[in-house]
Amino acid sequence: MTTRSFGSGIRRREDPRLITGRAPYTDDIKLPGMVHAAILRSPHAHANIKSIDTSAAASQPGVVAVYTGADTDGVLAGMPCAWLIPGSDLKTPEHPAIAKDRVRYVGDAVAVVVAGTRYEAEDALEHIEVEYETLGVVINPKAAAQPGAAQLHDDVENNIAFTWAVAGGDADAAFAAADVTVSDTITLPRLIANPMEPRSAVASYMAAMGELTLWSTSQNPHIARFLTSVVTGVPEHKIRVIAPEVGGGFGSKIPYYPDEAITAFCAMKLGVPVKWTETRSENYLATTQGRDHVEEVEMAATSDGTITGLRTTVYAGMGAYLSTAAPGVPTILHGLMYSGAYNIPNISGTIYGVFNNGTPVDAYRGAGRPEATTLIERLVDLTAAALDMDPAEFRRKNLIPKFENGHDVATGIIYDSGDYELTLNTCLANADYDGLRAVQAAARAEGRLVGIGMATWVEICGLGPSQVAGAVGFQGGLWESAIVRFHPTGKVNVMVGSSPHGQGEETTFAQIVSEELGVPVEDVEIIHGDTDNTPMGWGTYGSRTTVVSGGAIAFASRKIKEKSKELAAHLLEAAVEDIEYDDGRFFVRGSDDQAKTIQDIALMANVAWNMPEGMEPGLEASAFYDPPNFTYPFGTHLAVVEVNAETGHIDLQNYWAVDDCGVQINPMIVEGQVHGGVVQGVGPALWEGVVYDDNGQPLTGTMQDYALPRADLLPDINVASTTTPSPHHPLGLKGVGEAGTIAATPTVYNAVMDALRPLGVNRVDMPLTPEKVWRAINDAKNGG
Amino acid sequence: MVSVPVEITINGRVFSGEVEPRQLLVHFIRENAGLTGTKVGCDTSQCGTCTVQLDGQIAKSCTVLAVQASGSTVNTIEGLSNGVDLHPLQEAFWNKHGLQCGFCTPGMIMASEELLRNNPSPSREEIRHALEGNICRCTGYQNIVSAVEEAAGAMGGS
Ligand code: FES
Ligand code: FES
Repeated sequence: MTTRSFGSGIRRREDPRLITGRAPYTDDIKLPGMVHAAILRSPHAHANIKSIDTSAAASQPGVVAVYTGADTDGVLAGMPCAWLIPGSDLKTPEHPAIAKDRVRYVGDAVAVVVAGTRYEAEDALEHIEVEYETLGVVINPKAAAQPGAAQLHDDVENNIAFTWAVAGGDADAAFAAADVTVSDTITLPRLIANPMEPRSAVASYMAAMGELTLWSTSQNPHIARFLTSVVTGVPEHKIRVIAPEVGGGFGSKIPYYPDEAITAFCAMKLGVPVKWTETRSENYLATTQGRDHVEEVEMAATSDGTITGLRTTVYAGMGAYLSTAAPGVPTILHGLMYSGAYNIPNISGTIYGVFNNGTPVDAYRGAGRPEATTLIERLVDLTAAALDMDPAEFRRKNLIPKFENGHDVATGIIYDSGDYELTLNTCLANADYDGLRAVQAAARAEGRLVGIGMATWVEICGLGPSQVAGAVGFQGGLWESAIVRFHPTGKVNVMVGSSPHGQGEETTFAQIVSEELGVPVEDVEIIHGDTDNTPMGWGTYGSRTTVVSGGAIAFASRKIKEKSKELAAHLLEAAVEDIEYDDGRFFVRGSDDQAKTIQDIALMANVAWNMPEGMEPGLEASAFYDPPNFTYPFGTHLAVVEVNAETGHIDLQNYWAVDDCGVQINPMIVEGQVHGGVVQGVGPALWEGVVYDDNGQPLTGTMQDYALPRADLLPDINVASTTTPSPHHPLGLKGVGEAGTIAATPTVYNAVMDALRPLGVNRVDMPLTPEKVWRAINDAKNGG
Repeated sequence: MVSVPVEITINGRVFSGEVEPRQLLVHFIRENAGLTGTKVGCDTSQCGTCTVQLDGQIAKSCTVLAVQASGSTVNTIEGLSNGVDLHPLQEAFWNKHGLQCGFCTPGMIMASEELLRNNPSPSREEIRHALEGNICRCTGYQNIVSAVEEAAGAMGGS
């Protein structure tokens, strides 16, 4: 019997506790004596705080304490920004957990009430009296960067938090020599990540021991511990962070938030456990958002259809403060990816990170790559159109040819491996591209607006190596670690530092141990999410967890295999060189009837009755894996839409995805990631986007106003894959968590623009709401 | 604030207590009855994570007051099975990978259970329509639809 499990779509081991409603999420945690915190948030986008009177609130029923920014003076340090990109003039103005004399976005924390119940705490908020003096407001990131715009931070001129440039080749010369150039302005609206679970924190402080325990909805409990230490001053080894079940994050649960620091602060002041859980409207105000780009972009090509250059000027809204990882998103994760799947020899880009009076922006699913891919894929379509070439043919002509071990791109990074034409061809074949174009031609002849759009994409993920993390200013490492521990019975516990939140890695990690050591999958338990019983890890984001933690688990397993071989040699009275391994069994070459199973070995190592001279008892190994390069998954997606010319309504009719994420451990989970990712990418193309009024008031304040994809709005997605292993990863993995989101936005945007082409419309800002599309159609009809 | 007595039968057990008239049913279920399978996702009746069955009909328990539910029978995810022998819907969500983070799942399953009671053999289209009041941010819905389809088959529909 074989225990091999790679490539098998086995059911997830995490599901039984979730489908029965038995698994605890942070807001389900209840501690004896626990009280509840509610946070007063600024109603103004920009204002000076003249005075705060908390006395009436303090005497409300049930209220235990009310704190303002003044109470945190000298106790809480400012909120840290942990990605200080080099080669820029980055400024990190002070960001207090609770605002002291000025608020800079609607949702900025102003005070906190702690009371016996959440109802009482929220009631008391209304009795805090704050006198504000309102100030000028800027929202659009390009407008915010212009001289004369309202200033958020006194020492940050023109609100420019940083300027960062990327260059390779000679873009200006390419443009001067081009036969054709196209340009566009692309806006990527602010998005709300919307994990279904709101953020929450529970803090408990034992003063006698100086120990702080924090339950948190965090994607990276070890980073949360590190930053809690920085902000509260409690030493790191006295802090325990537990991320129990986490109900989705999509990047928004990476940052370290004022709310977590405030909850810890209250628990430390009061000596009783404190819980804070955001409402959905608080999530819309105070949880980091994504995108918010204004991109002015140009592409140059020769008349034979060869792309020769790309130039960009990008204004990236950062919100009022620089959140934990924010500066890295529009720079390293965006600008370095400008080449996409193409050979573009000449690239130059300038990116301005701009403060604006919005909620701070940080990573959101895809983080930087959807913004980059949309920019390239839009330009590719426009250039193909300018050359009167079919967009698929134009892509094929410019794709980087198949490569197996490294390809240099002009922005200075090295793609690991790729066969971009294969995913393109597979996608076109699956969708019957020629057939679709024929159907489209017939529809157009009837005056119907049918569009076909596609995107060929590449992403940078599997984030590591740490050396690069240091070089690009990330204030941490990007390795992962794992401990694989065999019990006497042959059952296994694996402790990992990274902690998934819906991606199913308890299952895929167990499959790795099974694959490496021949242990049945059900005999492997994965332990994560608690800094007290897991080794250090840098977190789950950027499609890195299976890749980097998976690498650590594979290496720890291989150490176990080496030791097991030695022990088997001793027990079988043979030389180590003569021991062979196959599927969980160790035997002397040529006589596998005398085999010792991995379970036999585990028992002998643990009882340690008969060990080789000098060998330590036990069967346990830990490994740290620092990847030698990023991984670069890729693919092609294609969509068909029909636009109703009377109403502007868009019907997304069909969707094909072909992705290559290297070797797949569990295809069922990979496919699920693609489904979910695609839907999150369709959202911003068609429906999603934060809208502020001129005073910086968000008009999209609840799920009623912020349109999320719902079941009845979407077709089934046709998912397929190819397999190009990463040459440098021990298991050939690349990562797939963000693929769908990166590809879907430009795919659907291009499809709608293709539908509108006969009318001469070639630009409508996302999201493509019926009203905007209807206006564009009408303007075009009226000769606009 | 005044308190009023309520008595609600949840998953066959009677829970009684004094609550404020404004207390939401979802908070009664989570806090007073200690059944945390029912989740709060939006508190504005949009997302469906708090979906329970109130006297046999699905209700968003963030929009019902505990006092309104007094004297009623409520079923939550914890009442659907004993946690060991799974309900066919639970089994199907597991088989079809109909969940990722699991936060929307209790509400999805409770809504699907009502759908299948009223329409034992729904089409994919009908399933998508029946679930448009339940947001899932992880799965892209496709596998949820497949799970409900499979459960329909297992429960005797087709
Ligand atoms: S919490 Fe009740 S519908 Fe969202
Ligand atoms: S499984 Fe995460 S929201 Fe549905």
